[in-house]
Amino acid sequence: MQKEFKLMKGNEAVAEAAIRAGCDGYFGYPITPQSEIMEYLMLEQPEKRTGMVVLQAESEVAAINMVYGGAGCGKRVMTSSSSPGISLKQEGISYMAGAELPCLLVNIVRGGPGLGTIQPSQQDYFQSVKGGGHGDYRVIVLAPASVQEMADFAVLGFDLAFKYRIPTLILSDGIIGQMMEKVVLPEQRPRFTEEEIRKNTPWATVGKTPDRERNVISSLNLIACNQEAHVNDLKKKYDTIEENEVRYETYQCDDAEHVIIAYGSSARISRKAVDLLRAEGRKVGLLRPITLFPFPKKQISDLVAKKVKGFLTVEMSLGQMVEDVKLVVNGQTKVEHYGRVGGSIPTPEEVADAVKSIM
Amino acid sequence: MTEEIIIAGFGGQGVLSMGKILAYSGVMENKEVTWMPSYGPEMRGGTANVSVIISDERISSPIINTFDTAIVLNQPSLDKFEEAVKPGGYLLYDPNGVNTPPTRKDINIYSIEAAAKASELGLAKVFNMIVLGGFLKIKPIVGNEFIRKGLEASLPERHHHLIPENEKAVEIGKELVKEVQKV
Amino acid sequence: MSSIAKKENLVYQRPALRTEKEYSFCPGCGHGTVHNIILEVIEEMGLQEKAIGITPVGCAVLAYEFMNIDMQQAAHGRAPALATAINRMMPDKAVFTYQGDGDLAAIGTAETIHACNRGENIVIFFVNNGIYGMTGGQMAPTTLPGMPSSTSPYGRDVETMGGPMKITEMISQLDGVYMSTRQAAHTPAYVRKLKKAIRQAFENQQARKGLSFVEIVTNCASGWKKTPTDANKWLEENMFPVYPLGDIKIDGKLVK
Repeated sequence: MQKEFKLMKGNEAVAEAAIRAGCDGYFGYPITPQSEIMEYLMLEQPEKRTGMVVLQAESEVAAINMVYGGAGCGKRVMTSSSSPGISLKQEGISYMAGAELPCLLVNIVRGGPGLGTIQPSQQDYFQSVKGGGHGDYRVIVLAPASVQEMADFAVLGFDLAFKYRIPTLILSDGIIGQMMEKVVLPEQRPRFTEEEIRKNTPWATVGKTPDRERNVISSLNLIACNQEAHVNDLKKKYDTIEENEVRYETYQCDDAEHVIIAYGSSARISRKAVDLLRAEGRKVGLLRPITLFPFPKKQISDLVAKKVKGFLTVEMSLGQMVEDVKLVVNGQTKVEHYGRVGGSIPTPEEVADAVKSIM
Repeated sequence: MTEEIIIAGFGGQGVLSMGKILAYSGVMENKEVTWMPSYGPEMRGGTANVSVIISDERISSPIINTFDTAIVLNQPSLDKFEEAVKPGGYLLYDPNGVNTPPTRKDINIYSIEAAAKASELGLAKVFNMIVLGGFLKIKPIVGNEFIRKGLEASLPERHHHLIPENEKAVEIGKELVKEVQKV
Repeated sequence: MSSIAKKENLVYQRPALRTEKEYSFCPGCGHGTVHNIILEVIEEMGLQEKAIGITPVGCAVLAYEFMNIDMQQAAHGRAPALATAINRMMPDKAVFTYQGDGDLAAIGTAETIHACNRGENIVIFFVNNGIYGMTGGQMAPTTLPGMPSSTSPYGRDVETMGGPMKITEMISQLDGVYMSTRQAAHTPAYVRKLKKAIRQAFENQQARKGLSFVEIVTNCASGWKKTPTDANKWLEENMFPVYPLGDIKIDGKLVK
């Protein structure tokens, strides 16, 4: 079959791919620069195509709690927002982490803090990979660097969320949300039937039948030793995820003496910087973490072992991921950061100069 | 082949859709493309710009500062992007509303009286396609048949009856474009 | 004893859908009664396999320990949001929320009003005792003027703290609300009326008529710092004049 190429914005691609992933419900609230996600879904009327529900909630807080309710019933549910809205959603995300509910979250990051700017940013890294809300938890974080990955990760995000009963976050930004690229969309897959939900997610609250005990979705555990056991179980799950689900991409790393570490749109910009530096004969490579949690620690360690002379993280932030790189490198070699903030975007030339400055 | 283009003008001049049709035409020809708009409050009636990259290879950065070609449709855009054209690159502008013409000596400069022509022919709605025609005359990076396919793919079905008019505008643009300076 | 302990002499029994877990509510509390009646209605209507209940944050947070049906525990005030999603994606279920006054009328005001405005096909149970019970007797939106609480120790000062919020009257103005009523649960007579209202609410839900909202004005003997009997007397003398019992909206039409 001939592949169907479309030209789509990242925001549209993630929305269309979610429909095709068999999503049961989207619950959102408008905020720039991601409103196209809900606008696309409302225009597309997936209710007629697959029966998927699309609902504009009264707030981000309501939207994430709608996701909680739907996820508790074993449904493939999602929400999307941009930074200030994701802050509001942290309440529900923490509850879902506690209640071990799967869902797909999309953050099209804009510059902060506060209302900040609507321009692209990567300032929500800490919030995304360290939990985000209250309590000791993680969500899986996927960092797409293209419109194609926005589509692919909608499917992957749902699958990982259900595999581990965990919220999965697509951490993107205004560049990838707003830009259009060529994309091949996934095949339409069916939504779960109630029979499948009862069989595959036996914990889901879809109505108590005589053949099983009642199901309860809750993050409450008033007895300390029980809650401790629960949190330790969550830790085991996070460890398994760290073992199995690391995803990354390398570019020109084989003989690299200096390596840029960057994710998402910064990785795209950095890739061009690598080309500029290679054209000058400089041995520079790029490591792009695709999953930010789990973080590609081993791959960074391997580069340290290969005697890389220095790392430069490129982030549209004051330097957040750089802390995780430093934890892995543990002083064995130089780790520096280059970034722009507040909605400003680094250029490939700036990144190339920053790499030269650490040589 | 990699062509890095900036298209800039006032909101409402069809800057973003011209870029989209060009990008979609590239997709139809199985090339790699990115279309990266400026977005935000400045889109509401202010200046709008979009960078389009069309390439035979995987595109690295969608964010670029220098361009092979700048297509500028008003004075503020000319002021902003003339300097961003790579040496030996191309600048295409519509003199309508431009009081201070480009001055660089190291780039190729073309003009196209698209606004005047569109108004003369009553084709204001496809003004941007006249400009696109001018660009394609200078840089035939996508073939005519792919422009048609790009129009089909990017326009909603209910507007498909407008495709012949759009194609005509492209042809007019090809005739209309004038060389100002060749390096 | 054994001669009279026969089925035909039973006037009261544990509802079939009650779990074995003993109620943890304070003596004289209305929650246990309301829980029981809801469970009786669900059983009598044969809705056990369809019922999905949402519990709040507050005294009723543990309702899932007592109700032998599928349940979800919501963040504070968000129960109507959970119920909305479940109702939209599984319209054939019987979805209800069970919320207190702090949960529904303070932190969850937006979720309450908008679920009502959208006319979600759910039942909302609103237990109003004019105080935060679980956290130790703080002022609620429904606390009466002059009534002391741990955060209004000199009595609720309407000038600075606002007056008692009649949220059932407020939401009754919304087209999405099909039924709204205010009931009590502290005497057998009131319990019978309440049960009728709860049954009507679930019948509306099953007939997909829209949102049914049942407020139950109850005491909080502990929070009010009274004996259970005094609390019930205080309930009738002070709460009922501010929160008059009776139907407010029936069959989609305001009755008062």
